Amino acid sequence: MTLEAGAPSGAAPPSADHAIVTEGLTKRFKGGQVAVDALDLTVPRGSVYGFLGPNGSGKTTTIRMLLGLVTPTSGTYATVPLPRVGALVEGPAFYPYLSGEANLLRYDAADPTASGRTARARVGAALERVGLSAAAGKRYRAYSLGMRQRLSIAAALLGPRELLILDEPTNGLDPQGTREVRTLVKEIAADGTTVFVSSHLLAEIEQMCTHAAIMRTGRLVADGTIASLSGGRAPRVRVETPDGADAARVLRGLGLAAVTHEGTQVSAELGGHAPERLNVALVEAGVAVRGLSVVRPSLEEVFVGLTGEGFDVEG
Amino acid sequence: MSKVEPDVADTMVDAAADAGADAGADPAAGPVADQVAVEDPGLRSGRGAGARRTPGLVPVSESRRTAEQGPRSDLPVPAASTLDAVTREATSGPGAVAAFARMLGSELGLTFRRPRNLAMLAVLAAVPVIMGVVLRILGDDMADGPGGLIQQVAGNGFFLALVSLGALVPLLMPVAVAVVAGDALAGEAAGGTLRYLLAAPAGRTRLLAVKFVNAVLFCLAVASAVALAALITGLLLFPAGPVTLLSGVAIPLGDALLRLLIVIGYVTLGMAALAAVAIALSTLTEAPIGAIAATVVLVIATQVMRAIPQLEPVQAYLLPNWWSGFDAVLRDPIAFDHLTSGLLAFGAYILLFGSFAWARFTSKDITS
Repeated sequence: MTLEAGAPSGAAPPSADHAIVTEGLTKRFKGGQVAVDALDLTVPRGSVYGFLGPNGSGKTTTIRMLLGLVTPTSGTYATVPLPRVGALVEGPAFYPYLSGEANLLRYDAADPTASGRTARARVGAALERVGLSAAAGKRYRAYSLGMRQRLSIAAALLGPRELLILDEPTNGLDPQGTREVRTLVKEIAADGTTVFVSSHLLAEIEQMCTHAAIMRTGRLVADGTIASLSGGRAPRVRVETPDGADAARVLRGLGLAAVTHEGTQVSAELGGHAPERLNVALVEAGVAVRGLSVVRPSLEEVFVGLTGEGFDVEG
Repeated sequence: MSKVEPDVADTMVDAAADAGADAGADPAAGPVADQVAVEDPGLRSGRGAGARRTPGLVPVSESRRTAEQGPRSDLPVPAASTLDAVTREATSGPGAVAAFARMLGSELGLTFRRPRNLAMLAVLAAVPVIMGVVLRILGDDMADGPGGLIQQVAGNGFFLALVSLGALVPLLMPVAVAVVAGDALAGEAAGGTLRYLLAAPAGRTRLLAVKFVNAVLFCLAVASAVALAALITGLLLFPAGPVTLLSGVAIPLGDALLRLLIVIGYVTLGMAALAAVAIALSTLTEAPIGAIAATVVLVIATQVMRAIPQLEPVQAYLLPNWWSGFDAVLRDPIAFDHLTSGLLAFGAYILLFGSFAWARFTSKDITS
């Protein structure tokens, strides 16, 4: 780790395929608290990567390490060079007595790779992109929470970005604002920019992301594509019937695994079976079927299963 | 299309000039210009005030596309499209000096537009005016009063500048400097803006350097404001003319004004040394008022120590001990050895506390 912490220790990405790679990344704060514990993270370029976990699971500390704000205790990380990374970290932070535009100019001026000549155009484009052009001259102090959040997204979009790190981007936004952010993220991703988005709102991640990683108490408990994460648990067929015992026998007879029977509810892992065929088989066997459904585990169930109770599962 | 091309060519010239007329730019110009031309209607509407279906989408998508064209992507030519006026120039960007100057400019804008700082400057500049008016009104009554100071000012308005600096340097000017310099990093940390500046990435050493230079320029502004306000007041209310130095020699007013410039420089550096202390304290806390108060307390404590005769052996190590050393310019010839001792003390303070601030700030975890 160099003393010049402005740049990440591994400024060059290890390959053209990845936007972020960490190996054994660990942060132990003074006092012994381990915020991030041997994190191995691989974020493919072009992905929308959901970074999930309960509050206090080490998401923000990881992001701070990726941005060079916090020095890892051990381990390595590599990201896209910082000027090409746009970041929203732990909510908006601006100068309250400056206008939205002046605030963006201030951050733009801090970037040594940005040219002053084109700064105004760049700031104007970023403001327009988040729909704040009309409020550009207004003091930040007078901005609503949603406008503040948009302004920080605009700050993250100053200049061309290869990687966008968004820490809880929809915090404080109304449902409409949340949807706009989602749309924006999809647009940005469609341009080929990698988006690394941390959240505890599972529905949000499920709708936006192609990949996800789940943190718990500083450790990575699962990662992969959204499909593979959801697929970690097989879909189940659930039959509602007064003839529970018979139904269970029929399903076992058809070779379904993990059959459970509880009152009028019988369920089993669907496996490769077609649900409509199961229905025919049940009815032919004389089972009165009140209802038959296929239950696919949502990301939420997967996550709660992995991270335990206390997970903040709104959304 | 034909309308578009000159536009592209124009901006391309700009970019080439930016990159120091990069000769490698030409081969790529053809295909890139083509692509830009194709994209241009959208881009142009992106620049205009007119209706846009996908606000802001175009610039980034375009920059991605050009970025994906291969090794040439880093050249400023793709950047030459209208959009890259909106995005950014070559990866090398502006020179390090230009970038530093721009960030310093942003910092100065913040410092000198902030009402609090302007109010402090105004108050400091008002002090010599008040002093001049009071001396003018009471001057006749106090003609035989204590101190040759009043007589000196009454005899030559030039002396009001030195008297004012002498009155403000021990406490009021240091307070103003402590407010600006103590706030430098702690203020950014408290507002959360520090993390965004560093993620920009401002660079820690670079940010620290900008903050220090900014503080030094504020010190210069403080010293100049006081000296200028005093000089104008003095020359308006009192007679002007050749200045009689402490050693009895009279020099022309023009020479005296040159000596006043030396005084301003000396006071600025004395205050800059205090600014280094305040910035060092500013790296230790996320509460700006803590760094400011600590600096002011240090100034007061050392001023008290100076007043205790038993502590004389340590006085040479106390910063305020050197602040008033500028009266050496009133000797003939100028007592440069006195000035040099003071400047060495200031330099030592700047070096010591600057190093401390650097070591601390570049290794610190930013968790605010």
